[in-house]
Amino acid sequence: MNFNALWAYANPRKFIETADKVLPALSVLAALCMGVGLVWGFFFTPDDYRQGATVKIIYLHVPSALMAINIWLMMLVTSLVWIVRRHHVSALAARAAAPIGMVMTLIALITGAIWGQPMWGTWWAWDPRLTSFLILFLFYLGYIALWEAIENDDTAADLTSILCLVGSVFALLSRYAVNFWNQGLHQGASILRGAALVGDTEERMSNVYAVPLFVSIAGFVLLSLALIILRTQTEIRARRMRALMARERMN
Amino acid sequence: MPDLGKYAGAVLSSYAVSLLLLAVLAAVSIRRARRMKKELETIEKKMKNNV
Repeated sequence: MNFNALWAYANPRKFIETADKVLPALSVLAALCMGVGLVWGFFFTPDDYRQGATVKIIYLHVPSALMAINIWLMMLVTSLVWIVRRHHVSALAARAAAPIGMVMTLIALITGAIWGQPMWGTWWAWDPRLTSFLILFLFYLGYIALWEAIENDDTAADLTSILCLVGSVFALLSRYAVNFWNQGLHQGASILRGAALVGDTEERMSNVYAVPLFVSIAGFVLLSLALIILRTQTEIRARRMRALMARERMN
Repeated sequence: MPDLGKYAGAVLSSYAVSLLLLAVLAAVSIRRARRMKKELETIEKKMKNNV
């Protein structure tokens, strides 16, 4: 695969043209996968023998938590590209992705709390994974606020990139916290684990739940991708508009 | 509608809140995209006419 071809999309015009072409199909596919995954999970899966009907929350909680972490990691990559290669589109892609990641983190926190109340007997516990997720949410808020607070686009991109690097520690921590500390309430990874995927563990999730879950995850991934592309396109246009208005003021 | 038993409140509120948040996010993103496209076109047209 020729990764060098990707640099062509650092050109704002090329990015906007490509986005216009791919967005309709991507949006339809995202809606289809999400619709099928959630309807399947909600209407056509049985209650779990221990969790009862609350098992249906998994179709929202797991995909949103996955996206909360992965969107921050995507922001890390695009921030690094900005720092190293100074491509505006990559900095704007990170800016565009942040509100999506923030909403995903919020959904993961809310659905986790709603599930935790009947299952753990509490809405919240200062468990390593829960706490690192809360910190990740605060990082998202701080990141968005920093972009809004600084008028100069390049300075904002520089400072938010540094913040993104720091926040990545918590993004990774929220992914691996269950492996570092065993004292928390949150159970260990049982879905996207190599051994679980090949069905080689005692805690392997039944296919009755796993298949609609994977469809739902695909839906969340595609929705996030579509929104990131759309919002990046908007940020490119907003930046151009600011530049044109500044030029007009100078004239 | 499946029988959710005593967990109906928890399951339904999870779905309601999550879908609402996703719908608001999508609606705000689409609305801003349309507005920005229109505003940029207006400014570009205006600047072209000034040249």
